[in-house]
Amino acid sequence: MDSHDSGIEKRIELKAPVSRVWRALTDHREFGEWFRVKLEGPFVAGQEARGQILHPGYEHVTWRAVIQKIEPDRLFSFTWHPYSVDPNVDYSTETPTLVEFRLEENAGGTLLLLTESGFDKIPADRRLEAFRKNDGGWTQQMKNIESHVTQTS
Amino acid sequence: MSHKHRKRKLGKPKARARVFAALGDKTRLALVAKLCGGEPCSISQLAEESKLTRQAITKHLGVLERAGIVRSAHSGRERLFEFDPEPLEGLREYLNFVSKQWDQTLLRLKSLVEK
Repeated sequence: MDSHDSGIEKRIELKAPVSRVWRALTDHREFGEWFRVKLEGPFVAGQEARGQILHPGYEHVTWRAVIQKIEPDRLFSFTWHPYSVDPNVDYSTETPTLVEFRLEENAGGTLLLLTESGFDKIPADRRLEAFRKNDGGWTQQMKNIESHVTQTS
Repeated sequence: MSHKHRKRKLGKPKARARVFAALGDKTRLALVAKLCGGEPCSISQLAEESKLTRQAITKHLGVLERAGIVRSAHSGRERLFEFDPEPLEGLREYLNFVSKQWDQTLLRLKSLVEK
């Protein structure tokens, strides 16, 4: 947690040019490939993006995000309700979190900085309950992803 | 103890939101950091090491106390405040969960762009 928000911050070095990473982030088909969601159409700033989640066991859940900023090769951001996996819960009334992907060129290729903020505004408890319900499923799912990544990298 | 358990059972969803909101402030985080030292502190003790007025400290402690992060007990004429880590453990669990999901998601992105 940093000093003003209980948020998430990740840095990852990618051995690929900024333009390649930008395409993987903002082309809706490429995004869907690593995010595991089949999107209905391209990302447009200010508009909602929708799609079908492709994680086994969660195909019945619709993925939703509102695209905020598309600043080529620099910044891609959206707001969403993270891991809102319980179809019986209406998440639309809750304040979403903000996800930002920032790109920087570096010697090895691209530095990607991911932040997710705004957790202080959401009733996280309800979501925590949803996770607990699905905990077995997610644990298995994370193992699946891990083995997939180690096989393909 | 019994009071705390009752509070947690009855007010869970709202309680967690209050914890997030209570921590979303630099001054209150600083107070929590001080109280994390372990020893219960009075308002005067907290005011000594701070630029804040006693009134401001009292107000912020009230927010933290309602969120359940801080609890107080009377000791003679003073009220002593201490840190209660219990509500934070749930938050850590939640953020850890979201954080781990991002780790996995970003690894998939990495393997895609480095192909």
